[in-house]
Amino acid sequence: MSVDILMPALSPTMEEGTLSKWLKKEGDAIKSGDIIAEIETDKATMEVEAVDEGVLAKIVVPEGTEGVKVNAVIAVLSEEGEDVSKAAPSKPKDEKADAKSDGSAEAEARKAVPEEEKPKPETPEQPRAAVPKDSSLPEGTTFTDTTVRDALRDAMAEEMRKDERVFVMGEEVAQYQGAYKVTRELLQEFGERRVIDTPITEHGFAGLGVGAAFAGLRPIVEFMTFNFAMQAIDHVINSAAKTLYMSGGQMGCPIVFRGPNGAASRVGAQHSQDYSAWYAQIPGLKVIAPYDAADAKGLLKAAIRDPNPVVFLEHELLYGQSFPVPDIDDHIVPIGKAAVKREGTDVTLVAHSRMVGFALQAAERLAEEGISAEVIDLRTLRPLDTDTVVESVKKTSRLVCCEEGWRFMGVGAEIAATVVAEAFDYLDAPPVRVYQKDVPLPYAANLEAMSLPNADDIVAAAKKVCEGAF
Amino acid sequence: MATKPKSAKKAPAKATKAEMLAFYREMLLIRRFEEKAGQLYGMGKIAGFCHLYIGQEAVVTGMQACLKEGDQVITGYRDHGHMLACQMDPKGVMAELTGRIGGYSRGKGGSMHMFSKEKNFYGGHGIVGAQVPLGTGLAFANKYRGNDNVSLAYFGDGAANQGQVYEAFNMASLWKLPVVYVIENNMYAMGTSVERHASEVELFKRGISFEIEGEEVDGMDVLAVREAGEKAVKHARSGKGPYILEMKTYRYRGHSMSDPAKYRKREEVDDIRSHHDPIEGLKGQILELGYATEDDLKKIDNEIKAIVKEAADFSLESPEPDPSELWTDVLIEEAV
Repeated sequence: MSVDILMPALSPTMEEGTLSKWLKKEGDAIKSGDIIAEIETDKATMEVEAVDEGVLAKIVVPEGTEGVKVNAVIAVLSEEGEDVSKAAPSKPKDEKADAKSDGSAEAEARKAVPEEEKPKPETPEQPRAAVPKDSSLPEGTTFTDTTVRDALRDAMAEEMRKDERVFVMGEEVAQYQGAYKVTRELLQEFGERRVIDTPITEHGFAGLGVGAAFAGLRPIVEFMTFNFAMQAIDHVINSAAKTLYMSGGQMGCPIVFRGPNGAASRVGAQHSQDYSAWYAQIPGLKVIAPYDAADAKGLLKAAIRDPNPVVFLEHELLYGQSFPVPDIDDHIVPIGKAAVKREGTDVTLVAHSRMVGFALQAAERLAEEGISAEVIDLRTLRPLDTDTVVESVKKTSRLVCCEEGWRFMGVGAEIAATVVAEAFDYLDAPPVRVYQKDVPLPYAANLEAMSLPNADDIVAAAKKVCEGAF
Repeated sequence: MATKPKSAKKAPAKATKAEMLAFYREMLLIRRFEEKAGQLYGMGKIAGFCHLYIGQEAVVTGMQACLKEGDQVITGYRDHGHMLACQMDPKGVMAELTGRIGGYSRGKGGSMHMFSKEKNFYGGHGIVGAQVPLGTGLAFANKYRGNDNVSLAYFGDGAANQGQVYEAFNMASLWKLPVVYVIENNMYAMGTSVERHASEVELFKRGISFEIEGEEVDGMDVLAVREAGEKAVKHARSGKGPYILEMKTYRYRGHSMSDPAKYRKREEVDDIRSHHDPIEGLKGQILELGYATEDDLKKIDNEIKAIVKEAADFSLESPEPDPSELWTDVLIEEAV
């Protein structure tokens, strides 16, 4: 009996990959544990081990094929002695539902989740926005679709070319090419003096980076995720953010702390926290949380040039998404300016980071029901551009604040309070917040999906503030 | 690895007449300054935390003599002595203690948070142990720039137990960073004696598993400090990486100003004061060698007293910061 070999999921967020190389050919005997192929994802190149024994009867997906979906049949294995020539993949099947020979916990878990409860796949998530209308760009600017990952990388590379004082340090940023490939090829271009792998000691290397910034260098400190930066938060706040003030203006700290923040996918509570509200509370810091690739690039370049400590919150689930990035030499987005991502008249949806994508989806759906939603991407959390929010609410009279983090003492609370204080007379309904449920993020797929806010929640919240209005 | 106690078996360290008189003057300035600070605290002119350096003067005085232009210094919260040793103006230091605009941080930092970029003094840090990775970062910048400057990171026996100290040791040794770690072992982490807080009380050995050489030094003898410092600084400057000096020292006053002093006996303090005082010790040597007479030293004493009085007067005359200062220096306002 033949066995299908399926495209494995090699990371929690992998949806597809490139089958870059077959290391066995048809007719080869395979033992369990043999390396049979190499698969390249947007994060790394990894080897595939055989789970079952037999003879490689047929290669279904030739090497070099891109965009092979997880759980697609890539080869067929037959039992020893079986007629290899007759082997063929078992009939087409629902690839998502069958993950048998993959054997990974990830695949097993997927199998157990009913389709409708699964988190929606990431890639087609955001409405394919037309090329952005940005009045600050020169007439006739062309755009190139770029992933958020590459936009961040390009921002660092451009600033490193420009300024010898800029260097990047963190766990796996150099030889490994970045745990999430954000620092890909920086080592090759800039060498080990400026692209530095650190030991796994967040507290220590964050402090070392701050000391180097005090001495006038411009470090980019990458945290593999901001969850690990809790070990280093003393240096981010007590050393980096407060020293300028405590020194009467003498001791500036031009440093960028960056890395993915917020929920990834199925990695459990300790790897899935949104720290937006934590850092945004601290005077002496600038805090940035971009959504699309153009802002990621332009804001990271601005952050690297800024003479102050900047916390730059990225999102793992956005890294692989592509957006148009302007083809201009030095694309800078000013820190502290929100962007109206979609204009509307009935309700203002305020969001940052990944929630902007959900807000845009929600706006699309609301439009179908005759509700015109304006979507504001905060982009920077400190300093917060409350003017743009207040102006919008004066027009729409209704506010929904969307954040991936917890509601309690959160970003939405600050925005709602500001709007109530500054535009009370314009409001037709109390502001409503969309947020993560008040629990540590669970692992089980259904519970995780219940916990995290999405477009449905925003649609429901928008309808609530619009109740009785139409 | 040369990780062994040094102090007991060695011939006494030597210095020239000019050096010895300069050390005497420096240590005396720190002591008189701190005594005045203690007095102003008692009068309610200095508030909050105020950690006096009295008893430990030989450590910074001896180490500072090993540095050259561009070398950096960073320490914890018991920092007044370090600033004076870095040639920062006593008036600016005292005015910061009184929270006035004439202070080094314009009154916004206080006793534990003072800096002088001009004098390469990088603070003044209130979080125990934080200065160790920060000081290692200063050394990183020196190596990155390819200069031959060295940073001195001072910390106490209490800080020597902090995890981040070892994270910094590891990176400093791995990357051969030019940093000298000066552990000021004054025998007490606040009120907990070193025997009660450290599983290995010989703190100079704390670098062994990171391949960092260390040695114990008589921190009450400025000449011994200088001698050990020269060696350590040379080691770091020549590209061999970090070095640890454990200075055995003692603070006469409490941890901060409100200290119940229940954790040690009065006799212990008195014994060190009468038999191991760094200033009295050096004074004895100067007189014995005939480098100065009692009268000459008296003259120095009077000069120091005048400097300290001037600093105290300034610190009381300098106005409180203007209310507008509340909002400045939070961020550097500069167009990108």
